[in-house]
Amino acid sequence: MEQPLLKVDHVTMQFGGLVALDDVDFSIEQGEILGLIGPNGAGKTTLFNVATGVYQATAGQVRFEGRNLAKTERHKITKLGIARTFQSIRLFPDMTAIENVMVGADAHHTTSVLSAMFHLPKHKAEEKQGLKRALELLEFMGIADRGDDAARNLPYGYQRRLEIARALATNPKLLCLDEPAAGFNPAEKIELMGLIRAIRDQGYTVLLIEHDMSLVMGVTDRIVVLDFGKKIAEGTPAEIRADRAVIAAYLGEPADAS
Amino acid sequence: MSQDTTSAPPPTAAAKLVFGSRFAAAARRRRTIETRWKALPRPLRALFVLVLVGFIYLLPSLHLPIIPTSSDFTALLAIIIVPYVLVALGLNVVVGMAGLLDLGYVGFYAVGAYSLAILTSQHATVPWLISIPLSVGISMLAGLLLGAPTLRLRGDYLAIVTLGFGEIIRLLAKSSDWMGAQSGIGNIKSPPNLGPIKFSGTIQERNTAFYYLAVTFVIVVFFFLRRLESSRVGRSWTAIREDEDAAEHMGVPTFKFKLWAFAIGAGIGGLAGTLYASNVRFINPDNFQLKLSILFLAAVVFGGPGNMVGVVFGAVAVSYLPERLRFLNTTRYFWFGVVLMVMMVFRPQGLLPRKLQQRIKPRDSVMPAFIDVSEGDPDREGGPHGTATA
Repeated sequence: MEQPLLKVDHVTMQFGGLVALDDVDFSIEQGEILGLIGPNGAGKTTLFNVATGVYQATAGQVRFEGRNLAKTERHKITKLGIARTFQSIRLFPDMTAIENVMVGADAHHTTSVLSAMFHLPKHKAEEKQGLKRALELLEFMGIADRGDDAARNLPYGYQRRLEIARALATNPKLLCLDEPAAGFNPAEKIELMGLIRAIRDQGYTVLLIEHDMSLVMGVTDRIVVLDFGKKIAEGTPAEIRADRAVIAAYLGEPADAS
Repeated sequence: MSQDTTSAPPPTAAAKLVFGSRFAAAARRRRTIETRWKALPRPLRALFVLVLVGFIYLLPSLHLPIIPTSSDFTALLAIIIVPYVLVALGLNVVVGMAGLLDLGYVGFYAVGAYSLAILTSQHATVPWLISIPLSVGISMLAGLLLGAPTLRLRGDYLAIVTLGFGEIIRLLAKSSDWMGAQSGIGNIKSPPNLGPIKFSGTIQERNTAFYYLAVTFVIVVFFFLRRLESSRVGRSWTAIREDEDAAEHMGVPTFKFKLWAFAIGAGIGGLAGTLYASNVRFINPDNFQLKLSILFLAAVVFGGPGNMVGVVFGAVAVSYLPERLRFLNTTRYFWFGVVLMVMMVFRPQGLLPRKLQQRIKPRDSVMPAFIDVSEGDPDREGGPHGTATA
């Protein structure tokens, strides 16, 4: 059997007495869009943070292309091919949109102090490549018109999309989006889902966190549902829609914020 | 975290000023001096820079009215003002670019000065020209040694550790006989004469020579820092300053680049220290008190952390003002403090706020919707533009 791109192998995450993730086990296959859903506080972002190296799993492991990610530094995880966005936008506010994306592109660059001081060929080639990539990605995300503006001055929707562009610039094999549609109105959400499909069509694998079920149904290939840190269901959108446990989890929760 | 859902605010009178609100200036940069400057043809800009450099070198011989203080102006420039500029440029790498608060920068200044003193007088007689790179190297090493265990700390914690470092260096020098203890080290070598530039001549000749030397150091350091600023290195520093965790997630090896910032800052601080030591030729621990760290930091904050030109002005202001205010006698530091406070209240971002590294040529703008076309700016249609901020 072909090796999954990312394998979340019986991961348990405890913070003191709080069990945030309880023996969660699933995998992401190359080229799919996997939705990770669940009510608020179900452990979606915690799982994200385990996968991207913010937390070390209390038990179990996360394997990326067969490689255990435990103890791997965060910037090295990015180099291996996992990129992420943040639920609450975390751009570099006092850098331009282009520079923000170029930081992502720099993940695979190796220019260091001497090369930059003396403008060695490597510096020049990488600057050129990074700028080109940044402009392409801003164009792709539809925000190229504000490329030279400080990220802090961009409208909210632009900031959300800039985060995705910045993550894409690291050339990820797996793109993790943490509620990319938070704060969007329905029309913007539909537009964003189109973008996510376009990203997948370019060959990226996408892990999408969203707690709005109706939204995630339209774009994902498969869905994993978390509730109170446990995986309660996994399957295609149609299967999930009919799943009793999922319905119970959602109906048992207070109304969603968005 | 800025998440304003609205777009940039409408133009205001203030926004049209170069020194206007930081946000407005960023959004409406196309009317600023900076943009006009970038729009000039390259040869013209080069000429202007040459004229400026020439002016700076000639400054002591021009005898400009108003500027001079009651003390000797050349001496003031050579001993205080220009070394301050050098120090501020170095500290700006750490504080302004990488966003690491360093309260003990005088420590590196002392390491540079003591290295030169030990190498050329106390324990050896290494030629001056060789001692300088050695001393800078030792200072950078000190930066690495301090940074390696402490740069995993953040914000306030790092500030406290660096504060301690500055004091430790001074107390070490004070208690170690090897380093001259309280009486210090004398007979430090001066630079060799270079044609008409005489470091061993009259006081006037010597001050002028030191002025040239210091200005040359500043120009070389400025040039290389500018290049770093607009490269992957500067970008990584800015990203670390803006959001260290996000930077790490985007693949920036934050620890490595913080260490570089520390080492480079330390090297420049050490270089300034060697300049000081070879000028005064006698140093003792009392020359390196905490007060200096605070003044260095004041220079950076006053000028505008992260803006190299601003920092140069800040250093000039912080070192020149107390001298200019000398006629106030005992109350001059009081008034100096008042100036600093007024400045920080009304202009917290410093004389010149941080600039964005903009890369799109104005003409290439895809949708300059926010530019008021009715106020057409002929300069904008100028010649070629560098991609990096000049």
